[in-house]
Amino acid sequence: MLKTIKKVLLLSIMFSFAASAALKIEITQGLSTAQPIAIVPFSSEPVIGGLAVDIAQVVSDDLARSGRFKSLSRTDMLSRPTTFESVNFRNWQALGQDNLLIGQVTAGLNDMLLVQFYLFDVYKNEQLMGFSMPSSRSGLRNAAHRISDLVYEKLTGQKGAFSTRMAYVTSTQGSNGKIEYKIQVADADGYGAKAIVTSSEPLMSPAWSPRGDKISYVSYERRRSSIYTQTLRTGAREKLHSFKGINGAPSWSPDGSQLALTLSKDGSADIYLYNVMTRAFRRLTRSYAIDTEPNWSPDGRQIIFTSNRGGKPQIYKISVNGGKASRVTFEGSYNARASYSPDGKTITMVHRVNGEYRIAILDLKTGFTNVLTNGRLDESPTYAPNGSMILYSTKDGLKSILAAVSSDGKVRQKLRLQGGEVREPAWSPYKQQ
Amino acid sequence: MKTYQKLVISLFLSTTLAGCSLLGGGDETGSNTGVDGANTSGISDGSDYSGHPLDNPSSPLSTKVIYFALDSSVVEPQYEAVLAAHGAYLAANTSVAVIVEGHADERGTREYNVALSEQRAKTVQNLLSLQGAAGNQTEAVALGEEKPVAMGHDESSWHLNRRVELIYPAH
Repeated sequence: MLKTIKKVLLLSIMFSFAASAALKIEITQGLSTAQPIAIVPFSSEPVIGGLAVDIAQVVSDDLARSGRFKSLSRTDMLSRPTTFESVNFRNWQALGQDNLLIGQVTAGLNDMLLVQFYLFDVYKNEQLMGFSMPSSRSGLRNAAHRISDLVYEKLTGQKGAFSTRMAYVTSTQGSNGKIEYKIQVADADGYGAKAIVTSSEPLMSPAWSPRGDKISYVSYERRRSSIYTQTLRTGAREKLHSFKGINGAPSWSPDGSQLALTLSKDGSADIYLYNVMTRAFRRLTRSYAIDTEPNWSPDGRQIIFTSNRGGKPQIYKISVNGGKASRVTFEGSYNARASYSPDGKTITMVHRVNGEYRIAILDLKTGFTNVLTNGRLDESPTYAPNGSMILYSTKDGLKSILAAVSSDGKVRQKLRLQGGEVREPAWSPYKQQ
Repeated sequence: MKTYQKLVISLFLSTTLAGCSLLGGGDETGSNTGVDGANTSGISDGSDYSGHPLDNPSSPLSTKVIYFALDSSVVEPQYEAVLAAHGAYLAANTSVAVIVEGHADERGTREYNVALSEQRAKTVQNLLSLQGAAGNQTEAVALGEEKPVAMGHDESSWHLNRRVELIYPAH
């Protein structure tokens, strides 16, 4: 039987700004101890043409997603002050609010806008914070996330992660029946999604550089796996030398000088280190079993990885200088794809319980494993850069979607992004200031 | 991709004659568009089944997909004859090359599944070379869970996805 197989590999780098993704975030489990905060709509009357972004709403949504805040509904507000002089603290006390955020946007120099905001402690009648920041019209969402970061840090003592981004993989079946794979980058709240690479063959394993300016990923566009590193600003990308067999699971070292990755060129899958400057590969593990999914400790001295050298997949760790690997996980018969929390004290991983795959955290000091999710096929956990939340993929009915859980397991939410099947989230590091 | 979809289906349609368009519902000569949108054409030269050994439904060579148990890369006994036949075929036809493409079901992590699917492919590759296939005739490719043939989220789909496909590119 003769056949003509037409295989056209379509690959294009997308530069265009896609329209905001239709997005729905559903908080499926919240905290009863969430702090009440009133966020009054920012005034913008002096700005010609009005504003495309409702700053107060963006801040309100950000804080709600953290699970630690509950914002007052606008219809319950007795007044809508936008300056300190017009705040009547007793009104807000009567509404049971702990804090109040007000603000205004005015026209600044050179077609820029000036965003001013004030945070108050309603019971102490005092201003906790007052800020004034210039913003372009197109940068207003970023300004709003920056406000969320500042408010969150002021009220919780922990740095906010609302100005960060996420990368993820989508696959959609086109009208011609072909599956189209994309790696997309969106704001941490899911807005502004843009494809950075599109292919008719699978794309996998996006990994952020520590400065957040590059993403490495695996592409099967040549029908074999290869690792690429792409600069986000320009869309330019570089293919790492690819070997026979697996080229996968890239993970950046915290100082950005190396990538840990998986190659099988010497037999079974093993962990290698790739030096970004010299482009040299150095073999780190030598087992006849599967070694894959490397991840760096925040101090850059250890690498954890998945190995089935003991029969079942478990997490092991090894010094970046090599030597003997030691086993890290002992609970359960399947632990895989671990990654360190930003403080290095815990790891998050996929943990099998009664045949179901869930997201768990292992406390490296106590050895205690805490299962955070309750799905059947949860995977790809990724810590927020402040360690407060973990983003992962889960099944929503038949569809793969992203979800987030607080690292104590108490707050859960589903993110419904556009783009068909959505999976393999990777939370960006903090934006470089 | 079309190739292996056909191959999977051919496993179940053991009486289908070569030359038929397997996904075309019995259309003898037409072209068709499969699930992935690749277009293929059957070529009917007007003669009967020409008897290419790889397509002979009564030969183990017509089986080009083998299935695995969960988390396992062990070839089950019922496939030994199939792989022995393919190995012998390669040994006898040294200009023929085959891609040994490993796959996994969706359970577990994606990169681990790539490695697991490679273990499956390499097990099969080793069995082919035991029958005399030369190293440069076989290539193992690992696709993990990225290219399922069945889209469900239960065992009826999973068992079809835990597979190794033997793809003869020139065939």
